[in-house]
Amino acid sequence: MNVVTNNKWIGQRTIRPDGMDKVTGRAQFAADTTMPGMIWGKILRSPHPHARIRSIDTSKAEKLPGVKAVVTSKDIVDFPIEKGAVMLGIQDMRWMCRNVMARDKALFPGHPVAAVAATTEAIAAEACNLIEVDYEVLPWAIEIEDALKPDAPILHEFNKWEGKPSNIVGRLEHKKGDIEQGFKQADIVIERTFTTRPVHQGYIEPHACLISVAPDGKTTIWSSSQGQFMVRAMTAHLTGIPQSDIRAIPAEIGGGFGGKTIVYLEPVATLLAKKSGRPVKMVMTREEVMRATGPTSGSKSTVKIGATKDGKIVAAHGTFYLQAGAFPGSPIRGAAGCSFTPYDIPNLLSEGYDVCSNRSKVAAYRAPGAPIGAYAVECVLDEVAEALKMDPLDFRAKNAAKEGTKAAHGPVFPRIGYLETVEAAKASPHYAAPLGDGNGKLRGRGVASGFWFNAGGESSAQVNITEDGNVVVTTGHPDIGGSRAGIANICAELLGIDYRRVSVIIGDTQTVGFSNLTGGSRVLFASSMVVTQSTEKIIQTLRERAAKIWNIDPEAVKWENGAAHPVSPNAGQFEPLTLEELADKAPAMGGPIGAGVQLNTQGADGGFGTHVCDVEVDVDLGIARVIRYTAVQDVGRAIHPGYVEGQLQGGVAQGIGWALNEEYIYTKEGKVDNPGFLDYRMPVCSDLPMIDCIMVEIPNPKHPQGVKGVGEVPLVPVMAAVANAIYNALGKRFYALPMSPPKVLEKLDEPIRQAAE
Amino acid sequence: MTELRYLAPETLDEAVGAFAKAGSAARILAGGTDLLVQMRSGILKPGVIVDIKKIPEMTAIEETADGGFRIGAAVSGMALAEHGKFGKVWPGVLEAVNLIGSKQVQGRASAGGNLCNGSPAGDSVPAMVAAGAIVTIQGPDGRREMKVEDVPAGPGRTHLKPGEILVSFKLPPRPPASSDAYLRMIPRTEMDIAVVGCGVSLTMKDGTVTSARVGLGAVAPTVLLVEDAAKALIGSKLDDAALAKAAAACSAACRPIDDKRGTIAYRTKVAGVLLKRTATIAAQRATQKN
Repeated sequence: MNVVTNNKWIGQRTIRPDGMDKVTGRAQFAADTTMPGMIWGKILRSPHPHARIRSIDTSKAEKLPGVKAVVTSKDIVDFPIEKGAVMLGIQDMRWMCRNVMARDKALFPGHPVAAVAATTEAIAAEACNLIEVDYEVLPWAIEIEDALKPDAPILHEFNKWEGKPSNIVGRLEHKKGDIEQGFKQADIVIERTFTTRPVHQGYIEPHACLISVAPDGKTTIWSSSQGQFMVRAMTAHLTGIPQSDIRAIPAEIGGGFGGKTIVYLEPVATLLAKKSGRPVKMVMTREEVMRATGPTSGSKSTVKIGATKDGKIVAAHGTFYLQAGAFPGSPIRGAAGCSFTPYDIPNLLSEGYDVCSNRSKVAAYRAPGAPIGAYAVECVLDEVAEALKMDPLDFRAKNAAKEGTKAAHGPVFPRIGYLETVEAAKASPHYAAPLGDGNGKLRGRGVASGFWFNAGGESSAQVNITEDGNVVVTTGHPDIGGSRAGIANICAELLGIDYRRVSVIIGDTQTVGFSNLTGGSRVLFASSMVVTQSTEKIIQTLRERAAKIWNIDPEAVKWENGAAHPVSPNAGQFEPLTLEELADKAPAMGGPIGAGVQLNTQGADGGFGTHVCDVEVDVDLGIARVIRYTAVQDVGRAIHPGYVEGQLQGGVAQGIGWALNEEYIYTKEGKVDNPGFLDYRMPVCSDLPMIDCIMVEIPNPKHPQGVKGVGEVPLVPVMAAVANAIYNALGKRFYALPMSPPKVLEKLDEPIRQAAE
Repeated sequence: MTELRYLAPETLDEAVGAFAKAGSAARILAGGTDLLVQMRSGILKPGVIVDIKKIPEMTAIEETADGGFRIGAAVSGMALAEHGKFGKVWPGVLEAVNLIGSKQVQGRASAGGNLCNGSPAGDSVPAMVAAGAIVTIQGPDGRREMKVEDVPAGPGRTHLKPGEILVSFKLPPRPPASSDAYLRMIPRTEMDIAVVGCGVSLTMKDGTVTSARVGLGAVAPTVLLVEDAAKALIGSKLDDAALAKAAAACSAACRPIDDKRGTIAYRTKVAGVLLKRTATIAAQRATQKN
């Protein structure tokens, strides 16, 4: 593999290929699609947090004029629990079939129990109201503490923990050394317990799809997702239609952040379409999104860290309980596996517990689990550094994982850039700047670091040279972070042509080879590998064509600046043959020029970031605002710096929301009380300062362009950075998120605790 | 499926006639920024919508002969902001009206709708209460006037009688060295709903408050006129003791609930904090104009 240097396009802030359509409103999202004869699907959802479904009577709904089909769990392919896991990526189809449509039990308010397709949305909604569901209402538990009580209502009676029915549905641990011995060496040990609330990914675009099933069974799905192949496979599993009959067409996506890596509507709409013979469209309301699609876990974490007087961490123990919601699968791997990873800790035990409760099933959210774990660990580190009277960045630098450090989750690190992020944060103008006068408000500064695994996996690409000598690249990944722009930059660089001559499109499932989800910060890493190899094949073909025309050896031809040239005058004296000329001659010289590559990509290096945050607290109102923020990250290689910065800023914005205001609030009946953007308070622009980015570039040696995933790391450190800054401002520590105004004011009004601590 | 009729009369008499005739199935449409949202979410299914924006009086901003203002109930926040003089005389009322929703919403939303929506958290209402606004109402029995603070009856309810339509707000003429201010507490910086809102209007003479009115929102089932807070301010030089007393009066007036937007303790305390800050701003404005 050649690492490209002296780049013309890589590293340029080129115009995003999909930008014009998006800013002018021309871009087609799933809800924009229509078809002749289309009808509307609606879902009837459980009003109860926990209820056995005794029976469902759909007869009245079916008789309502305008109703064309009704679907219940009987129509969905069952994956019996006792037959064991059927995994599709990280999702077990046993849970997916029960999540898209409740079978014996409804497990959260909003759990689908039936669906209707009718000629109008209003008729479909009216028909839903005519469906009679006989529920046996059961006691319920939403919060982790409630779900873990000895007498807690059990969601899945078959699940046993330590021999008894339990809501603990899984555990993992990462272990290194001996923590008992380690803590004995420590001069200072600090242990704290933290809680976080469930937070939603908050994508602007609700889930939507339009599905047509032709009489011969050929199925076409237009939908918004983070993976058309995932949509196809899950729909196939849950409907019994073979994958070869399902064409899943990816619409433009209005945000996903991990939350669109699973399906909710597609299998249901497919069955409605199949039954009715009409194309069926379904669009969730915001309320449905908030009630029934995955937020990430609420959590309860206990972290204990021991260090010697000279600032060396000798032992650490983390226990992370994460709320899975209705079905197993909370991101304990991210919490337990990422939280301590920036540090070289000889004795470590990191445990994760997966806890079911009567809330919607968790879905991936940007570095799933890692921000939850890092919040606890990085806050305790701040306390340890303070106790040791060390600068928190110096403390982190002293304990930084480096090349050769063995991470508790397995790998021995190659060359990594964590220490460089700490050094860059320390050297940043932000860290050197005085906090300034808050004019009556209290100011403080905090720092925190974070790690995310990043991922490789399956990707496919086809690169074709058009007859006029331009380039079309087809990849298989929905573009949620600017990947089309990055791919265009790389392809243009390799071919030595203007990037505007490269058109990057996202193929549907039947026109491009299997490509795994857009997730895990994997897309540019993986798809640029297959695009690079495809383009290299094309360049080889172009050299061979030129050699044939010139009647010289292909080895005597080089490709430069978009044209074939003899490698040296010795090879022959020929005018260069441009891409356009070779495309023009293609029919006579062996036919169309194109190449496709499919790989299970390997070599994705993890990503590290270190953040610096300044806050200002209005102590009379309890309002904390972030007034300056710098995100430092080892980005490998910034193929498109604008979109790398966009990822960093977006992650930070979401983290600030999580830290300060976002949370699921429940009524005493166990229903989400804030299922909309008014009371589920994500930050708006004016809540945030301009977020400064420092990109540290330590290229990934296992990638042709040095790419590392960048999309998820920037959410990991944020809540701890904000919490540490608020402590610095107020001298009071918060052990629970969000640090919303009523909670901050309550804390400020607490009497100062006596010297016992 | 129920049918929805949309009417856009050009005179108030027609509007009142149509509105009264349709009875409880009818709703008034001004900016629609509450009505359409409620319809969309399924809370409301009106049979008749009476759009009042085609009626000239409803969208007019007039300076009255005595130096006061008359603001049509359907005047949008943006139209009020663009008026040359209103914001100079009533900066607090204007800033409150301009806090309703986003910039886009401001092009539609009106103080009349904000009042008739009956939310205790409506931003313009405490400022209007502090300003001593009088509303004009027209119904099947003709016109009448009401103090603005007498309009809300509880969350989502008003004291307007069946068939009555809010026509306009009348703001009194201002003595010299008078001004007003409105502040609200929201967790975010915008696009939010008041957890507490506070409007203060006052007149100063030689550094002493000679008259004052205080309106408090989101701390009780209706927006409150807090006379005890006003009394604490009147006769004072807005010294710390007077502000503390007025703040305590505001906190004492609170009858809030614990809900997703704030706790009882939080709202009660913040009502006092906002009173101090709002009164200080109003006083600065009043004295600056001297």
